[in-house]
Amino acid sequence: MPKIIPVPDELSKPFWDAVNEKRLSLQNCTDCDRLQYPPRQTCMACGSAEKLEWKDVAGKGHISTYIVIEDGRLNRRMPDQPYNLALITLDEDTSVNFYSNLPGVPPYEVPVGAAVQVIFEEVGPVQLIHEWQVVS
Amino acid sequence: MAAQTPYGWRRDTDGLGVWEHRGKVAVAGFGHSPVNRRWDETSMDQTLGAYSMLACELAMEDAGVTPDQIDGVICCDSHIAGSSGGTASNWAPRPYFDPPYDSEWGLTLVNGDWLVKQMELPNVKYAPSNVPTIGEMMGLAAQSIADGLCTTCLVIYPTGNMEGRYRRGGENAQDHADGARQWTFPWGNHGGNDFINIFPHNQYCLKYGGTHDDVAPFVINQHRNGLLTPWGYNASSGMVQLTDEDYVNSRYILNPLRIFDCDRPVNASAAYLVTSAERARDMRQPPVYVLNHSQHNFSQRTTQPDLDEIEDWTDRAAKRMYEGAGLGPADVDIFNPYDGYSIMSQFFLEAFQWHGVKRGDSFAFYADDIRVEGPHPFSSSGGNLGNGRTRTAMYTDSIEQLRGSAGPRQVTVRAETALAAFTTPSSGGWMMFGKHPS
Repeated sequence: MPKIIPVPDELSKPFWDAVNEKRLSLQNCTDCDRLQYPPRQTCMACGSAEKLEWKDVAGKGHISTYIVIEDGRLNRRMPDQPYNLALITLDEDTSVNFYSNLPGVPPYEVPVGAAVQVIFEEVGPVQLIHEWQVVS
Repeated sequence: MAAQTPYGWRRDTDGLGVWEHRGKVAVAGFGHSPVNRRWDETSMDQTLGAYSMLACELAMEDAGVTPDQIDGVICCDSHIAGSSGGTASNWAPRPYFDPPYDSEWGLTLVNGDWLVKQMELPNVKYAPSNVPTIGEMMGLAAQSIADGLCTTCLVIYPTGNMEGRYRRGGENAQDHADGARQWTFPWGNHGGNDFINIFPHNQYCLKYGGTHDDVAPFVINQHRNGLLTPWGYNASSGMVQLTDEDYVNSRYILNPLRIFDCDRPVNASAAYLVTSAERARDMRQPPVYVLNHSQHNFSQRTTQPDLDEIEDWTDRAAKRMYEGAGLGPADVDIFNPYDGYSIMSQFFLEAFQWHGVKRGDSFAFYADDIRVEGPHPFSSSGGNLGNGRTRTAMYTDSIEQLRGSAGPRQVTVRAETALAAFTTPSSGGWMMFGKHPS
């Protein structure tokens, strides 16, 4: 089944525009030299809005931990059950994390600690999302 | 009833010192409606509104207070399952009933205005709107009494449940996700506390050792305490004691989270009568004093809070509460943290260091004697896992333990102080009760 389609808003549009161009671009505070995801109106550390800019990142990470969704509440994803939901930490800033269904990894067989690389998956006619693939 | 202007009642920052009204506010009564799995959609004496009125009447009776003495009503504007509940959140489009059930009010929603009108409380001068859930509502009531906004206040927390699977509708049934959901829904996370806590719980097991099923003794003991609570769902519905075999063979929801790690949604209401300590001394029951209330609302750094963040948040919440109460871990006799999902309780237990439990010690503690008869009667209420998702058992048990009226749940250790909460690691509130005002 297709995944649920994110709806960009004014704040998140630059992020999703980049994803649609197959780039992972995160907010970065130039004062704090700190990445921020999901995007916010201001830097969580210093409160600045002016110092936030968008910065492309390499999209490399590691699998921190995972669960397997066997009885979730989201109707559209129910036919996919059971499926993995992994927590990915970004190598460039391990305090930033992402969710991933780890395409290609069978449920329950998640290699915790493994390196992953961002990929982009189509969820709607004009909408990609960021996903993560284990680096072999 | 005009809504009151919100005022800064919260104690939600670090370093506030001892609560200036410590011991000057008390809980003088409580009342519980029956706890049904769902409203049967036909019994008008079992609606959320009818149950809330019943709970209020029982609380007033418990305290020996008459309706004309009530001058404050604080009620959470309850929604059955929030916007994610879809058709299960509203009675409409089905036809309504005769008054007072001629709208959603009383069926799926209850608030102060509706209750004041239906109960014909003649002297209510304070019934704020936009009231938070029970975790913060008890703090609002205590502060409101202390600040003189009212003198004798009913605090009501209704939790509704109708036919249909819980929260399987509304935004959870949509193909698109906006707002905060755009960062979680595409990958299957509906954004609840089950998801928020299961990842840190996995990290906890990895960091400190142990497996998920090490929470089994806690869950089983919650069911045991629930069966010792006459008003609770388990005891009043003929449930049998959960066994270790039941638990480890139960199905997964979010593997490793099992069905028995999740509380059961119910249709019920509870009410508390909060007043000044001075007035409470003249009422029917021995007062249970409020020694502090504190709140917290921490912002997560990124998509998913990790174990470090959860431990930091709960440590800060514990420090706030202890500081405001002028007490420390060794002073707390009864400890009733929130347990809507079993996997979050260890974070609270270790942050508050109840009975000396430090970070990473919870699974060993659970495996020891945590029965109410034993030396470490953890969560003597049975919480939500043992009584259904009322979110009030923690408060009621704390009051009963300090009164000495908990019946078969009465602990055998000292019971002079009690901590209770409906809170997640990120947001909510705590309340410290005392048998004595200081």
